[in-house]
Amino acid sequence: MATNNKAPAGPVTTRWMELVVALALVIIGAIVIVDSHRVGIGWSEDGPRSGYFPNIIGWILTAAAFWIAGETLFKWKALAGKVFVTRDEMKPVLSMFVPTVVYVALVALIGIYVASAVYIATFMMWQGKYKWPPTLGVSIGVPVAVFLLFEVWFLIPLPKGPLEHLLGY
Amino acid sequence: MEEISNLMQGFAVALTWQNLLFMLVGILLGVLIGVLPGLGGANGVAILLPLTFSIPPTSAIIMLSCIYWGALFGGAITSVLFNIPGEPWSVATTFDGFPMSQKGRAGEALTAAFTSSFVGALFAVLLITFLAPLVARFALKFGPPEYFAIQLLTFCSFVGMGREPAAKTIASMMLGFALAAVGLDTVTGTLRMTFGQTHMLQGFDFLVAVIGLFGLGEIFLTMEEGLSFKGTRAKIDFNIVWRTWKTLPRYWITSLRSCVIGCWMGITPGGATPASFMSYGMARRFSKTGNKFGEGEIEGVIAPETAAHAAGTSALLPMLTLGIPGSPTAAVLLGGLLIWGLQPGPLLFVEKKEFVWGLIASMYLGNIVGLLIVLTTVPWWAAILRIPFAIIAPVIVVICAIGAYTVHNNMFDVVMMLVFGVVGYAFKKLKYPLAPLVLALVLGDMAETSFRQSMLLSAGSMTIFYSNGLVGSIVTLALFLLSWPLISRGLAFVRKRPVAPKEA
Repeated sequence: MATNNKAPAGPVTTRWMELVVALALVIIGAIVIVDSHRVGIGWSEDGPRSGYFPNIIGWILTAAAFWIAGETLFKWKALAGKVFVTRDEMKPVLSMFVPTVVYVALVALIGIYVASAVYIATFMMWQGKYKWPPTLGVSIGVPVAVFLLFEVWFLIPLPKGPLEHLLGY
Repeated sequence: MEEISNLMQGFAVALTWQNLLFMLVGILLGVLIGVLPGLGGANGVAILLPLTFSIPPTSAIIMLSCIYWGALFGGAITSVLFNIPGEPWSVATTFDGFPMSQKGRAGEALTAAFTSSFVGALFAVLLITFLAPLVARFALKFGPPEYFAIQLLTFCSFVGMGREPAAKTIASMMLGFALAAVGLDTVTGTLRMTFGQTHMLQGFDFLVAVIGLFGLGEIFLTMEEGLSFKGTRAKIDFNIVWRTWKTLPRYWITSLRSCVIGCWMGITPGGATPASFMSYGMARRFSKTGNKFGEGEIEGVIAPETAAHAAGTSALLPMLTLGIPGSPTAAVLLGGLLIWGLQPGPLLFVEKKEFVWGLIASMYLGNIVGLLIVLTTVPWWAAILRIPFAIIAPVIVVICAIGAYTVHNNMFDVVMMLVFGVVGYAFKKLKYPLAPLVLALVLGDMAETSFRQSMLLSAGSMTIFYSNGLVGSIVTLALFLLSWPLISRGLAFVRKRPVAPKEA
C-alpha cells in the first residue's frame, strides 16, 4: 500500500493521491480481467464459465478508475491547493501505523497476549508519556482480561507463543 | 391479523430471563462500541460475532441486534457532549446537539436524541412487523432474474443516492465484487485469482474487511486529527427528561417526516448516514426556526437522530426478507445468520418462524431497554470518553486484531485487516464510500450466482431481465437510479443553476 510508505518529504497532494489510487484500481481491474480470461470468460456445456462474471466486474472497475483519473487530470489546476496529508498530520499517523505493523508481525511470532502487552505499553509510554505503574496496569490487564474472556469463558483459542506454552497452555 | 399473533409468540420467545440478560449485555456493549472511536456498529458486531457461537442462535441474534441498537444510541452521546460523531450517522447530530450542550442544555439535547432515536426505531420496527411478512410472501415467487434485479437495484441505489462521486462509488463497489470473486468458484469449482497461494483459497472474508476498513482506518484518521477530547458535562435527571418529553410532541411533523425518510433510506440501501443528513436538511428547510439551525435548535437534534435510527432499523427488513442487507451492519448480522445455518430470505419466514418473530419482538424490547439504559447511564459513558487516546487507541487495535483473528482462526486475516485499514484510511480521505465495497463483498457470490443462473435460463441473453413486468420494472428503476447523477447534472445544466451542493 503506497499510502503510508512514502517518505514524509513534504505534503502529499490530493491530486497525486487520487492518481495513485486510480492507478492501483486500474491494476487490480487488469488482474481481474487477465485472470478471468485464464479461467475462461465464455460458455462451456454446463453454462457460463468461471471468468464470465468477474470479467465484466474487471472491465467496469477499470473504466471507473480511468474515469476518476480523467476527472482528476481534468481538474488538475483547480485541485492544486488540496493537500492529502501534511507533514504534521503524517507523523501521528505513522506513529500509529509503524507500531501496528510491528505488532501484527509480533502476534505471528510470539502470540497475541505478549505482543498486545508490548504494543500497548510501547504506545502508552511513547505517545502518552505515561509512567511505569499505569502502563503496566493497562498493558497487562487488557491481555489478562482477553485471556479470561476468550480462552476460559468462551473457549476460543487465540494465537499463543513461548510464554503461554511455558505456563502450560 | 396474523402478524399480531405471530408477534405475541415472538414475545414469548424473546421474553426469557436469559434473553433479557443477553439484551442488556448487548445494549451495554453496543453503547460502549458507539462511544469509542474506531469501533462502530459494523465492526463492533463483526468482532463480537465469534463470541456468540456458543449460545443458541435466537439469543445470539438478539444480543447482536441489541449491540447494534446500543451503537446507534451511543453515537449520539459523543456527538452532543464532545462534538465528535462516534458514528458517521451522528455527524448531523453534532450540528445542533453540541451547541445545545455548550449552552448548558446537554441534558435536553441527549433526552431529545435518545427519545427520537427510540421513536424512529419504533416506527421502523412497526413497518418491519407488518411489511416484512408481505415482502417475504411476495419474494417466494422470485426466480434468479428477479433476485439479480433486486441486487442490481441495491447497488444502483448507492450510485443514485450516495453523496460521493458516482465513479468512486462504482469503483469501490467493483473492488468489493472483485475481492468476493477471489477463491473457489462455488459453481464450477475453479480457483480464481489465488495465484497459487493457499491462504487465498478461502477468499476475503468481509468481516475482516469490515474490521480493517472501519476500525483501523478510523483509528488512523483519528490519530491524524490529533484528537483530544474536550467535552461538556452532562447532567440528566428525571426533571430534565420529563420537561423535554413534554416539549417533544410539538415537533411531531419533523419526527414523522424523519421516520419516513429514514425508513425509505434504510430499505433501499441508502443507509443511516445519508438519511440523517437528508432529514436534517429537510427539517431546516421546513422549520419555522430554520434560520436558527446550527445554534442549538432541539429540532435539529430530533430530525437526524430519528432518521438515523429508523434507517438503521429498517435496513434489517430487506436483510430478513430477501437476504439483501441494507447497511454494512445488517450485512454483518446476515453473516452471523449464515454462520448459524440460517439462510435469510423469504423461506426463513416459513421455516424458522419462531426465530424471525423472536427477533422482531426483541427489536421492540431492545429499543425500550436501550432507551432506559442510555438515559440512566450517560455520565459513565462520558467518563469513558475522558480516557486519553494514548490508552484507548492501542487497546482498540488489539481488539480489532483479536476480532480479525477469530473469524477463521487465521493469522493471514490479521495481516489483511492491516491492509484493509490502510485502504480504509485512503478511501475515506479521497471520499470513496466504504459501504458499497462491504456490501459487494458480502453479496458478490449471491449476485454472481443469480446472474449466472439467469444467463443459463436465457442462454446468455440479457433480454431475460425484461422478460416480465416485475423484473423489468425493477431493472428499469435500477437503471434510472444508476443514471441519476447524470440526469441531475443534466437538469441542473438545463436550468443553468446548480441543484445539489456538489462536493467534487
